Amino acid sequence: MSTHSFTLNGERVTVDVEDDVRLLWVIRDILGVTGPKYGCGINVCKACTSHINGKAFNPCSVPVGAISDDDEVTTIEGLADGETLHPMQEAWLDRDVAQCGYCQPGQIMAAVAKVNQCRAEGRDVDDEAIEEIRNICRCGTYNRIREAIKAGADNM
Amino acid sequence: MAHHRLASPPKETGLHRSVGRRKFLGYLIAAPTLVVAAELGREQIFGAPEASAAALPSAPQTPEVYDLLDALRDAARPTANLIRVEVNRDGTVSFALPRSDNGQGIVTSTQMIIAEEMGLDVDQVRVTLADARPELLFNQITGGSSTTFTTYTAIRVAAALAQGRLLEAGAQLLAQDVRTVTSRKGLILGAGGRSVPFSALAEKAASATTEQVEVTLKAREEFTVIGKPHNKTDARDIVTGRKVFATDLKIPDALPTVICRAPDLNGTPDDVDNLDDVRSMPGVTDVEVVTTGVAVRARTFGQAIDAVNALQVSWNRGTVAGEDDESVLRRVRAAELPMAVPAGVGKTVDRAFTFYFASNSSLETNCCIADVREDRAELWGPMKNPIAAQGDIAKIVDLPISKVTVHVTQGGGSFGRKLFYDAALEAAECSKAFGKPVKLMWTRADDSRQGRVHPLSTSRVRAQVGADAVLSYEQRHTSVATQINPGFGEPITAAAVKAPLGNLTLSESIFELTQVTPYEFGVSTRLLNEVDMRFNTSAMRNIYSPNVATARELMVDELAATMGKDPYEFRREFLRGERLRAVLDAVAKEGRWGRSMKKGTAQGLGVHTEYKAATAALVEIDCRPETVDRPIREGVTGPRVTRVTFAVDVGLVINPRGLEAQMMGGINDAIAMILTSSLHLTDGHFVEASWDNYFYTRQWNTPPELNIVLVESDAPEPGGAGELGLSAACGAIATAYARATGTVPEYFPINHRDPFPFEPKPLVPPIPESPTDGLDHTY
Repeated sequence: MSTHSFTLNGERVTVDVEDDVRLLWVIRDILGVTGPKYGCGINVCKACTSHINGKAFNPCSVPVGAISDDDEVTTIEGLADGETLHPMQEAWLDRDVAQCGYCQPGQIMAAVAKVNQCRAEGRDVDDEAIEEIRNICRCGTYNRIREAIKAGADNM
Repeated sequence: MAHHRLASPPKETGLHRSVGRRKFLGYLIAAPTLVVAAELGREQIFGAPEASAAALPSAPQTPEVYDLLDALRDAARPTANLIRVEVNRDGTVSFALPRSDNGQGIVTSTQMIIAEEMGLDVDQVRVTLADARPELLFNQITGGSSTTFTTYTAIRVAAALAQGRLLEAGAQLLAQDVRTVTSRKGLILGAGGRSVPFSALAEKAASATTEQVEVTLKAREEFTVIGKPHNKTDARDIVTGRKVFATDLKIPDALPTVICRAPDLNGTPDDVDNLDDVRSMPGVTDVEVVTTGVAVRARTFGQAIDAVNALQVSWNRGTVAGEDDESVLRRVRAAELPMAVPAGVGKTVDRAFTFYFASNSSLETNCCIADVREDRAELWGPMKNPIAAQGDIAKIVDLPISKVTVHVTQGGGSFGRKLFYDAALEAAECSKAFGKPVKLMWTRADDSRQGRVHPLSTSRVRAQVGADAVLSYEQRHTSVATQINPGFGEPITAAAVKAPLGNLTLSESIFELTQVTPYEFGVSTRLLNEVDMRFNTSAMRNIYSPNVATARELMVDELAATMGKDPYEFRREFLRGERLRAVLDAVAKEGRWGRSMKKGTAQGLGVHTEYKAATAALVEIDCRPETVDRPIREGVTGPRVTRVTFAVDVGLVINPRGLEAQMMGGINDAIAMILTSSLHLTDGHFVEASWDNYFYTRQWNTPPELNIVLVESDAPEPGGAGELGLSAACGAIATAYARATGTVPEYFPINHRDPFPFEPKPLVPPIPESPTDGLDHTY
């Protein structure tokens, strides 16, 4: 067992746990932050999508030992600015995207990162870009997700 | 002289008749604050169109059930089986819905129904999911798209009664005539701008005695909430990560628990070589052999998974050892029932279709928290059938039913799977074995390989066509047995279903109740036969309908071609009923039926009636090689459904936005069922272990253009929506594909016999190891 420190949603956190435990379980089971969901554990379903230093990643596939002291991890809980929601969250509300909601934290975090990536690469946030998002929604909310990403991007 | 005519009923004016239909009996309940109640109709579990009352499965009589459920002491109270609306001292109105919400939006629609009767804003109504209430008997099951249909009137009766009492109490307090006071946003408003909040009336309006009272419901013309689009009321919690699912709950000492499962489907543990070694692994607290495998409890799920993979277990063979798709299909085909009409009259069209196994695994895997003590047990899980769960759990933990509390949590998708409570039974057994609370979760590989499946089936169709009429239409649906088990939601029918032949009878009843050939096709027969292969099965947004409809709509296109008619014109001519014709016309107009399409692309139609609703879909599909072969890493592209126009008449619509969402979900399921996703049985196990093997619809499969048309209806009651979107869409995708390619598929999904586009994951160890390179794939 060793000690690991990093920043989670703007707060310093420290945990004592074995190096090879994947970050998802450190976040959920030890730190009690449950926005990122388990859906496969092998970086396929993307339900746990969060941000590390502003980029989308899947903590189910990162050992806590690979996280550095100065890494900033953001889960869905850290996306809003206090009670002021991120434009992508607002777009999700406007379009009434969520059904069960289990995959939606990951969908929103993926959408924000995809928009940022497109901006950085000088690409449009169009259907082609959205179809690069691999997150699974078993309720089948994909069509509203598309509309919300485009609307959210306009306000980002 | 004999009377040959029945006496005419007393004449009613339109006004009286309309009020008469809105008059119901409710109950005032003796309580410190205002509590009102109404009875849920027991006969309305599986409402089906055109179903004969004689064919309804008969429910056990109440006394029989009470005799057997001796734990139900309080069931003798005359009001025990009621649902209650409560006005609290803080002025809020609360209601515990005896149903399970897995995203279908029934909490929101229930809030809307109560808000409508009580003049409240929707968010002023608090709706929670009720714990298991065994006294409700058949009325705590969430299935068959029945929730709104079965609860709508009862909830309105209770809410209207509460509203009436508040108006009376408010009028008294204001010293005004009750006919002059009104109610809005939680205030009783009197003349002269005076008002009293509900909070001041919660006690005053309370009843000292329990009594039955007559109540008149609000007239439909006065609705201001019902029928208006409303967003889901948990949406903000969802987008901020605050919505709590079962595995998010923080129950003291309920540590992560995972079961090591057999390589075979339903294999069981024989012996474990290294129990003690595994018990000493990092984070592990407990390891015990249980019925379905070897259970590990640990500090984190990751450590529990590592320990599961380290276990060296010898296994007993499973229930379908050595079997595969083809061997199961042979058994099913051997059980196909013969056609009734002999060939030879007119032109005969014969078709046979196969539908392979599909997974109804939701994003939230099977899960449950259990805290089993010597004298009581408490469980938390997403259960659509909590009364039956409570009964079975009581047996496992050897406690009376009254000592078992089952909390129903918000579920992360169900689609039929969570009618079963496999994880709850395991959690109860594990907690009892460890003597500690557990948070039990199935891994994705467990959920995909050992979880419940939509059964493999065949549909044979024969029709005989004359010069300008279809003379006969016969469909024989033959399926791996679908467990309707656990029955209608309580221990008695659950037990009945487990008895030999019990499930078969129930399946046939449900097939007969739900399957309608909605065309004027002369002699029309539909029969079901099931082969019990001891698979773990359940509905997936319905059991039979999507497959039956796919076969039927393909056949309808063939019959149209045989008679030289356009598929739309043919359907228009032969469809039964104006509601179906109206939705068909709506999609033909909105979707521009018959517009010119490029080679390799085509339009297709499908219609379906069920759940007191009518639906039609017009699909456009692109089957050109450059589309089918689009390169997508670890995904299946295949033909692309490019445009869907879907029309629905569901009767009275509570929440149009929620209804559209359910149709969208059904359409995306239909794309998966027809084009991309199935399970493959090989050597006694299912191959697919995760979403990179099982190709449920992804963004790259979903239609870029989707238009859902809600067709106005004057039907007085709401129909069912949860499964409604699937069948017509399946039919339309299949017919579009057949028209685009010129080939009628003989099996579904169409890619089932293609080579695997993946390397199958190992069976031992049972759980694929989590990668460690996640930081190499950031974006």
